Amino acid sequence: MNTQPAQIELIGIERIFKLGDSEVHALRYLDIAIRAGEYVAVMGPSGSGKSTLLNLLGLLDRPDQGIYRLEGRDVTTLSAEEQANVRSRRIGFVFQSFHLVPRLTAAENIALPMTLAGIEPGERITRVQQALKDYGLEERAQHRPDQLSGGQRQRVAIARATVMQPALILADEPTGNLDRATGEEVMRLLEELNQRGVTLIVVTHDAHLGGRARRQILMEDGALRQDSAAPTRSQTANAHS
Amino acid sequence: MRIPDLLGFARDAATGNPLRTSLLVLAMAIGVAAVVVLTALGDGARRYVVNEFASIGTNLVIVLPGRSQTGGFNPANAITGTPRDLTIADAQAVQRGSAIHRLAPLAVGSSEISVGGKLREVLVAGTTAEFIQVRRLVIAQGRFLSTEDWSRGTAEAVIGAKVRAEMFGAEPAVGQLVRIGDRRFRVVGVLSASGQGLGMETDELVIIPVALAQAMLNSNTLFRILIEARNREAIPLAKTQALEIIKQRHEGEEDVTVITQDAILATFDRLLGALTLAVAGIAAISLAVAGVLVMNVMLVSVTQRTGEIGLLKALGATGGTIQLAFLTEAALLSLAGAIVGYGLGLAGAALIRLFYPFFPAFPPNWAVFAGLGTALTTGILFGVAPARRAAALDPVQALARR
Repeated sequence: MNTQPAQIELIGIERIFKLGDSEVHALRYLDIAIRAGEYVAVMGPSGSGKSTLLNLLGLLDRPDQGIYRLEGRDVTTLSAEEQANVRSRRIGFVFQSFHLVPRLTAAENIALPMTLAGIEPGERITRVQQALKDYGLEERAQHRPDQLSGGQRQRVAIARATVMQPALILADEPTGNLDRATGEEVMRLLEELNQRGVTLIVVTHDAHLGGRARRQILMEDGALRQDSAAPTRSQTANAHS
Repeated sequence: MRIPDLLGFARDAATGNPLRTSLLVLAMAIGVAAVVVLTALGDGARRYVVNEFASIGTNLVIVLPGRSQTGGFNPANAITGTPRDLTIADAQAVQRGSAIHRLAPLAVGSSEISVGGKLREVLVAGTTAEFIQVRRLVIAQGRFLSTEDWSRGTAEAVIGAKVRAEMFGAEPAVGQLVRIGDRRFRVVGVLSASGQGLGMETDELVIIPVALAQAMLNSNTLFRILIEARNREAIPLAKTQALEIIKQRHEGEEDVTVITQDAILATFDRLLGALTLAVAGIAAISLAVAGVLVMNVMLVSVTQRTGEIGLLKALGATGGTIQLAFLTEAALLSLAGAIVGYGLGLAGAALIRLFYPFFPAFPPNWAVFAGLGTALTTGILFGVAPARRAAALDPVQALARR
């Protein structure tokens, strides 16, 4: 309690996938704490469990063991509905393959999280306009994803991830499908968000990209191999482990 | 999600895949159109029969000789055995009944009509002046038989439209003398063409006074007595009165059968109503088939849109929202299909009426509501399974699949 409480606390997280008769430990007894406003790169070779970790952090997956506290609240025991609510209000996702809805325009794609959350149309329009302006997409508002360049698509995706003003952005290889220059541009946008206080967690296997983050977490075989700046854990976390 | 957003989302999802959507709408439309057209046919047949019966005359009670019902042992049967004839005197007596407005005796036989060397076989109906009112016939030219003593009869004849056309062609018929059987008659009137008719074909009929017909056919018996009751409520009373009077005159023996037009009509009505229902049921099978198609198409859609569903979940959509979105889509598609099908069905019914103008092929209201309702219900019911599947998708796997 003397230090700033962690925004994300993972305590003894374990995730096991069953493949036929054999069990694969995607995550093994993971203990991680991340404070609000941190910029963390999760790195490691493919199959090291970094995507599984990101899914867990994004409440898209549940651990088989352990406790996940988000903003002091144990979210592993929440119902699917409550988890969806947390995702809607607190978490923004940026994917490697953008995941835009092809039949919707850029503006509609950006508005989608607000539409799903049932936010009033008037409010949606103002926020979408602002987001289009922030990400230099005003000219492209009525274009569908297939009429946009890769960089523009990822900017739409970032605008969509931030439109609900989340506290946490989870990016899974956000530059994986982009060339170097546009990748650079996308990372700059994400880092700007981080500078404004949003927690940014980027999963990547690109060492150069990971090196930009203030903190690197290296995963191997589902376990934490190296954490560049492990913060002191809160007392509650110690009490549980 | 707000309702307008939900509708908009479902609409966009539906129009996003035009082929799938149009196939689904078509399937649903065919189902609904089948229900509308088939019930229009069934109900049209019912209306047609009802109309035909109404055209025979209203509040009609018909007396025919002989008993059709089996009764208990009656000593009178043992003695007489054969039923007595139904005579003109019987008909005159029945006129006394208080519930009876008017009546016409009817004797029927076939004979030959000849004029100017042309000869033709015709159905001869011997009756009285009341016949035209009781049977609701319309005179095209001249007049009907004159009112006179039933047992006498002037030698005048009223001929059907077809008889007139064949015997006289373009010549005027009224006032001409014709030979019917072995007697000469003056044509005083021509019946207007009746078109379709149940029972007796009036176009090929020759009507002469009943006394002359009986003499010509050498018979004292009547074929029928057609009675018109005072009103609809008086029909049962008219029936019992007619039966009582004739029974008295026939020495207590109930040797005639009295039927009411209503009874026949009700039977036909029930029969054809049941037929319409059965046909509607068969048509409803096509709606069920359409429902299965809705389910399949929606299931394929869920598989195709797995990535989108995963994304929606990541963006904070609850399972309920996703389920609702897919159900709304299924409902919208079914509704569109139902409306298109209703239009097609109405067009089909109109086409039938165009080709068969006498056939009132209008879909009954209940069938329209049932058809549209069933379409929507099947669409939504069969949409539940795909929607549930979509809602139950694991977002991680859904997102991983492209």
